[in-house]
Amino acid sequence: MAYRFPSAEWVKEYMHQLNTSPDYERAGKDWERDILFVSEPDRAHPEYAYFYLDLYRGKCREAKLLSGPDEKKTGYIISTPFSTWRKIISGELDPIQALMTRKLKLQGDLMLLMRYPKAAMEMFACVKRVPTDFGDSQA
Amino acid sequence: MWYFDSPQIVFGEGALDAIDELQGRRALIVTDTTLVKLGLVERVAEHLGRAHIEYRVFDGVEPDPSVQTVLLGAQVADEYAPDWIIGLGGGSPMDAAKAIWVLYERPDLQPAEINPIIKLDLRKKARLLMIPTTSGTGSDISWGIVLTDTVEQRKMGIGNRENIADISIVDPALAASMPPQLTADTGLDVLSHAIECYTCAWHNDFADGPCLVAARLAFTYLPRAVANGSDLEAREHMHNAASCAGLGFSNALVSIGHAMAHALGATFHLPHGRAVGLVLPYTIEFSAKHDPSRFADLARFTGCSEAMGKAAARALAERLRALCEALHSPRSLAEAGIDQAEFEAALDKLVDDAFNDTSMVSASRSPSYEELRRLFQHAYKGQPVDF
Repeated sequence: MAYRFPSAEWVKEYMHQLNTSPDYERAGKDWERDILFVSEPDRAHPEYAYFYLDLYRGKCREAKLLSGPDEKKTGYIISTPFSTWRKIISGELDPIQALMTRKLKLQGDLMLLMRYPKAAMEMFACVKRVPTDFGDSQA
Repeated sequence: MWYFDSPQIVFGEGALDAIDELQGRRALIVTDTTLVKLGLVERVAEHLGRAHIEYRVFDGVEPDPSVQTVLLGAQVADEYAPDWIIGLGGGSPMDAAKAIWVLYERPDLQPAEINPIIKLDLRKKARLLMIPTTSGTGSDISWGIVLTDTVEQRKMGIGNRENIADISIVDPALAASMPPQLTADTGLDVLSHAIECYTCAWHNDFADGPCLVAARLAFTYLPRAVANGSDLEAREHMHNAASCAGLGFSNALVSIGHAMAHALGATFHLPHGRAVGLVLPYTIEFSAKHDPSRFADLARFTGCSEAMGKAAARALAERLRALCEALHSPRSLAEAGIDQAEFEAALDKLVDDAFNDTSMVSASRSPSYEELRRLFQHAYKGQPVDF
């Protein structure tokens, strides 16, 4: 079964992938921050979407779709247009390279994040394991 | 979308003369005490004199430079107000020079804040000139900086594309006095850069060429440069190979071998080139298991093997082991003199450090924590990797 991105079901499945990944558990064992992911509107998906992950010591304690950016105050915000998320989720775009070329925009404590490159990698590796349906929208 | 960045490279015999043409007022030479004693700082100073550039020397850079050292160097730069920072030496002085330059330009930053994502907006106060005196690190070409956090005993990979040097002077005469062991260690580093860059997940068309050339030059000329330090043809090609490999890995990346070598360097203080040369055959065997095609390309181009697929990758790994043996460089961590009990006591930290090393992000086959542990164990025993 594929989950529609972005949707509450997709976010729950992402949480499941994180919580069943031994490599994420190991890589994220010292990570204690929550993250807001923002899908910005573009031609393929003309609406904002916000999803929230509470990542704590190798586990995801909470994951949900939010109604707006102010619903939760988070340690990090990672935002990019829908079509870029699509490329990351489908494995066409390396998320770390996307961060380095500022295609993924990041707000938060960069110094702390740079200490956990493997946690970031495994977090995005779990994204790619979510069977995803992007609807009929094509970048 | 990606980038290819390079300094202007002045290379070949007499390249140091390019300093005579520099425009500027003051230069801070970042180096170490050995290079002062060898008279290399004096040689650079003579050329600065011809360019009518005053200079001051900061020779406090230790092997594996610490955060504290670069903070001190930045303070010296701030007091002296140079318009050129010159990194003179091997990887340690050149990495320190990059960090000192950034901190001089951006006193609002801490070293750990120098990352690839932020905008640095450099070159407001000074420009950066690199002069490598070893043939290995590629640090003259690359934007990466490795510092040591002496509190946590771990190496920190930092850097930003903007902190690439303006000019690199690749003059083989400066590397001619390297003793055989240093020539071997640094030469193995060249091979590791070329091979890991060509085969990592971030390889790209622009970086491929320099990597292939660097690997072929190093396989051909490293044994000659180690056997006879006066072989100037071998010295020149190895010096060029180091910068070619730097051009490659600075624009792609390195991989598991470097992550493991950084961990080994921080814990057991193994020289970096020796450590990465030692682990590379094991990481090749591991990485090639799922997709050996690029290893086969390299094996063919460097004359290691005409075979295809995994057989070629195995041949490449074996060629590296044979090269280490010929250079009297260890092929296992046990041969490197690491005590087994100390290795086992440190294994969790080694795996943790390597697992979280920035070089790991571009692995073509990303090892799990357990696989990484087994890689270290195989490298300890000298046992080829079959998983």
